Amino acid sequence: MSHTLLQQDVLIRMQEDLQRALAKPRGQRRWVMVIDLRKCVGCHACTIACVAENKLPPGVVYRPVLEEEFGAYPNVTRKFIPRPCMQCDEPPCTPVCPVNATYKNADGVVVVDYEQCIGCRYCITACPYAARTFDFGGVYLQGAPDGQPFLLGGSKADDFERAANYEYNKAWARKGGEDSPVGNVRKCHFCLHRVAEGMLPSCVTTCVGRATLYGDANDPDSLVAQMIAKPNVMRLKEELGTAPRVYYLL
Amino acid sequence: MVKYASRLNRFFWVLALVAFGVGLYGLYGRIAFGHARANYGSYVPWGLWVAAYLYMVGLSAGAFLFSTLVYVFNIRRVSGEGTVAAPAVGLADGAAFERERLEQVGKLALFTALVTLVGAMICIWLDLGHPERAWKLVLQTSFRSVMGWMIWFYSAYFILLLVELWLAMRADLVARCDKSALARFLTFGRRDVTPTALAADRRLLRVLGSFGVALAIAFHGSVGAIFGVVAARPYWNSALTPIIFLAGALLSGGALLTFVTAIWGPEPGSESHRNLMRFLAQIVLGLLALDMLLEWAEFSIGLWNASPGESASLRLVLFGPYWWGFWIVHVGLGVIVPAILLIFLRHKIWAVATAGALIAVTFLVVRLNVVIPGLAIPELPGLEAAFTGPGLTTHYFPSINEWLVFVWAVGLAALIFLIGRRVLPIIHTER
Repeated sequence: MSHTLLQQDVLIRMQEDLQRALAKPRGQRRWVMVIDLRKCVGCHACTIACVAENKLPPGVVYRPVLEEEFGAYPNVTRKFIPRPCMQCDEPPCTPVCPVNATYKNADGVVVVDYEQCIGCRYCITACPYAARTFDFGGVYLQGAPDGQPFLLGGSKADDFERAANYEYNKAWARKGGEDSPVGNVRKCHFCLHRVAEGMLPSCVTTCVGRATLYGDANDPDSLVAQMIAKPNVMRLKEELGTAPRVYYLL
Repeated sequence: MVKYASRLNRFFWVLALVAFGVGLYGLYGRIAFGHARANYGSYVPWGLWVAAYLYMVGLSAGAFLFSTLVYVFNIRRVSGEGTVAAPAVGLADGAAFERERLEQVGKLALFTALVTLVGAMICIWLDLGHPERAWKLVLQTSFRSVMGWMIWFYSAYFILLLVELWLAMRADLVARCDKSALARFLTFGRRDVTPTALAADRRLLRVLGSFGVALAIAFHGSVGAIFGVVAARPYWNSALTPIIFLAGALLSGGALLTFVTAIWGPEPGSESHRNLMRFLAQIVLGLLALDMLLEWAEFSIGLWNASPGESASLRLVLFGPYWWGFWIVHVGLGVIVPAILLIFLRHKIWAVATAGALIAVTFLVVRLNVVIPGLAIPELPGLEAAFTGPGLTTHYFPSINEWLVFVWAVGLAALIFLIGRRVLPIIHTER
């Protein structure tokens, strides 16, 4: 009993791992995500944390949680599969881009250059994991009624949505026009802007069951390196040869 | 037919103007609201505009390849003999053409290829999330992407079409110089119409046309390859895809040209016009058979294979919510009715024209049935229920705004055609 209580929270461990990784040159880190499906309770908090962190508009989602139901009542079980971008080492989405707007950056994360992307959506069709979505320029509070003068109404209510996010270490305000990232393809980027500041991706810190782990797989002492060495590891659609960097523990 | 030709011409003017006018509202919707009024989303990221692009570039490539019958394969030579020569295998009944007649069809084919290409480019340009960045496609191309190659192919193809058309019209433009300022301008100062100069034009046309055959095949083949290379979509991921695209282009473009020739072709009602129609009818019928063969190959292999990846999309085509698009519009109106017309009524110009129009118009459904069912299968189970929002669905039917933009692009292409036919020596020659 006392033994389990004394165990260090994995978040603390991963933050320490992160500090060691950030001290290394970019090319020597290997960011991976490990999702322990036995611990996932299907609360969707990671999805929402991601939406909040990146201020994702309606229709844009980086990390939905897929649910599957097995059996018939009363013998029913459910399985939850959070699905971030797999950050494939052989990504099918990047070579199809006609203008080199999406590529694996020095950290090995598949990124989108919003100012280069023309919005042709070819990469969306090429991703076998449906990990890319298109920003149609929507706002959740579109059409919200405006209040009386001096009261907060529709014009104020969407301020949070319109405030800048900081994807790729740049402020992307949502002013209502067609400026990027509106009209662009968007995707999970392992919260690189947070990682650069020594913080874990928002889905990782939010996970109530500590089911999502993140770190540098090139560091043998890191938690993720130990986890992906286990035999009960699986990756989605491995047969395609995409070599995903997201590992699932079964 | 001849007495109806001018009435039909007037009818198509009205139709084109209405399409252009009504479609303007769609254009307004696209400019004012971006992509918000479109029904495609993130799980079906390509919709009507992409299908319309494929459809119209197919018409263009097909019509262009027909023009090469004249400029490259020199089928007009048969006229000298008075009987059918070897290259013109489709010419039954000892049909003979005068050289100029077929040459005019060459110009008509080039011009048809040009206007359909313009329509196609408008559709795909408006489909981009950032149309203002389209220049990057040409100046910052990634040649690892098939799409990058396609951009260069169709830029080259567009220029080639313009040059070929200009060369084909040059002598007639010169002849019109006295009457028309436009013709004077369009000669760009080259007014030499001596036999040597015309022979040089013809030689150049032949060289360009030969190059154009390769270019049109590369161009439309690369359009098909855009889909063929996507391993994530088993329905598209086949070496047959670019070939089917090419066969479809030849069929739909040839059918459109047949229809166009029936109404706007040289000297409607004349014997040579009838012969020409019979000639085109036979080619279109042959292409229809070829297209059916390839379609059978695709559907039979796809449905019989044990893995559900590809058959899921095919089932959607055959038995999904839009089954009528395949069975009624494509098979019924686009294959069976035209085949009956082309086999049993091939001597009637109206029947051949109707068959051409039916094939050409219904081919949009074939293109839609490539794009949408390939995307409408969720890539992971449970995807649609995982998170909801606009565009996070695999169900797709084009919105009114999408239809209107398409109608506008078609109207614009038709107007360019009708105006061009009036002011340029596409048909009527001064010689």
